[in-house]
Amino acid sequence: MAEIKNYTLNFGPQHPAAHGVLRLILEMDGEVVQSADPHVGLLHRATEKLAESKPYNQSIGYMDRLDYMSMMCSEHAYVRAIEELLGIEPPERAQWIRTLFDEITRLMSHLMWLGANGLDLGAMTLFLYCFREREYLLDAYEAVSGARMHATYYRPGGVYRDLPAEMPKLSESRFRKAADVKRLNEWREGSMLDYLEAFMAHQNDRIDDYETLVTDNRIWKQRNVGIGVVSPERARQLGFSGPMLRGSGVAWDVRKKQPYAKYREVDFDIPVGVNGDCYDRYLVRVEEMRQSVRICQQCIAWLRENPGAVMAGNYKVAPPSRKEMKDDMEAMIHHFKLFTEGYCVPEGETYAAVEAPKGEFGCYMISDGANKPFRVHLRAPGFAHISAMNEMARGHMLSDVVAIIGTLDIVFGEIDR
Amino acid sequence: MSDFSQRNQALARQLKEDLADKLADLREVRRQLIAEIAPDDWIDACRALRDTDGLEFDIMIDLCGVDFLGYGDDEWETAEATGSGFSRGVDELGPGRFDWESRPEAEDIPNRFAVVVQLLSTRHNRRLRLRCHPEQADFPVLPSIVDIWNSANWYEREAFDLFGIVFEGHPDLRRIATDYGFIGHPFRKDFPLVGNVTVRYDDDRGRVIYEPTEIEPRVLVPRVIRRDSRYVGDEMDPEEAPASG
Repeated sequence: MAEIKNYTLNFGPQHPAAHGVLRLILEMDGEVVQSADPHVGLLHRATEKLAESKPYNQSIGYMDRLDYMSMMCSEHAYVRAIEELLGIEPPERAQWIRTLFDEITRLMSHLMWLGANGLDLGAMTLFLYCFREREYLLDAYEAVSGARMHATYYRPGGVYRDLPAEMPKLSESRFRKAADVKRLNEWREGSMLDYLEAFMAHQNDRIDDYETLVTDNRIWKQRNVGIGVVSPERARQLGFSGPMLRGSGVAWDVRKKQPYAKYREVDFDIPVGVNGDCYDRYLVRVEEMRQSVRICQQCIAWLRENPGAVMAGNYKVAPPSRKEMKDDMEAMIHHFKLFTEGYCVPEGETYAAVEAPKGEFGCYMISDGANKPFRVHLRAPGFAHISAMNEMARGHMLSDVVAIIGTLDIVFGEIDR
Repeated sequence: MSDFSQRNQALARQLKEDLADKLADLREVRRQLIAEIAPDDWIDACRALRDTDGLEFDIMIDLCGVDFLGYGDDEWETAEATGSGFSRGVDELGPGRFDWESRPEAEDIPNRFAVVVQLLSTRHNRRLRLRCHPEQADFPVLPSIVDIWNSANWYEREAFDLFGIVFEGHPDLRRIATDYGFIGHPFRKDFPLVGNVTVRYDDDRGRVIYEPTEIEPRVLVPRVIRRDSRYVGDEMDPEEAPASG
């Protein structure tokens, strides 16, 4: 009988299912994976070191580019760490806006994940559905911050500006016919909250649509059930968080257990898996989308009733308004100092964590009293998840590797940093 | 026990009991507990933190290196005016202002490096930060905690890659974030912000080549430390001005 040897297979970094720039060295015995060695770092930009060379506020934009599928959640961790060190609290309305946008971000990230994971596993239609809805949410990002993705919307002391009273409308173009424009503008007649309310009212039905496509789909189940099983003990050992941890049956959510922003005041449930396989993690994420819709609806209701400031009135940290600068010398000086030098943060250190869509995103910050952080370390959930790749993939077929990469919900912006 | 706020008192008391002499120092900063551990006790203390009833820190959330070189240095005199006026803050060899050739000599200051670990107990809903200073700054070594929390594997690789901290007993201590064959440890404070080499494809030679980097180091905003009363402690004055959008 011929002797069969193991061989190595280079998966990525250009493989479409490698979700960006993952280089995976697989040792194969026939079609069975013996070991997987992920090589990361191809997108390493030294964000943490860059942050050390700039005043605090100038690094907020870098946070968007970490997990570029859940921009505002990364901003939230960074901004919270600064606020913690400064000892300031943003106004209540700003906290509600942050809660709202954290959940919009979660919806966006999960939609992206569901679509891309579907595509990886051969379900093309799902991708089109998910991206259709994600586009509405990107419009909300754009309306509030001016940028579709990299918002830099959260600032220490609050958010950049209040929600717009009028939702920008689409206009006819070579690419968009009048009938489409009319349909798309239907929700955009009123304020941004009207728009989001209309979106949220429809979103649960849309999620039902996704579920009809795949939840009971035989192929979907064959690709996901029993794949990449992680026991709760292993999930803890491997430092999992977010849906990866909950999929294994550990009821842990930073939003519930160590609430920040306004999560203490909103009503929502934490879905938990049973078997810890890819299918359970899929179910957890789909249910999380429904819970996000629920949280968003509560935030919208509160924000309608309660107008107010969205930025702390402390000019040592937050810039004064344009109008004030024109006739107040003090405001002018504050503005100048803030934008040429920034603000000094008292000496100390803190770790601020938020429940990002992919898991716990944390920011560990040391300040020595300067206008720039002495050290910023960003704890990315995907980093811990991808490090478990070897353990999860061993003994599975090559095609399951794609399902496992998908279920990890990795984004290389945050893993490589 | 008045050193600790209400919510940390129970944990602080228990840590002092259970870790006893393994605990070099315990303090609270911004309502978060920091336990300082000596390198010799690192493994024992970590194991105790995971296994002792009532502590049970079951998830190691994060591990990172810190380089304390230049801690508290500023580039701009702010406390007193000098005879020649305030300095311009551009001549110093502050962070980001030097390139590979002009980088400062690596200094052997005590406790230059630190390994900081964030622990989480999902059972008791508590967090704890551990800090450990490897003894020698010219060759920092610390025992690996991969056997205690498996999640430490990649985090220790990262701390090794970026800070050059060696973890003894680590099963696979390779570089992780930087390029294959990279020289130096980029997150050390004496490593230039602009880096040391650039990579490009050379048409003539038909392969990718490495060249010394040509970027001019520049920092737009000087590093300033102000200890005015307005910034100290909790005295950020909220009544400074009326709220406005």
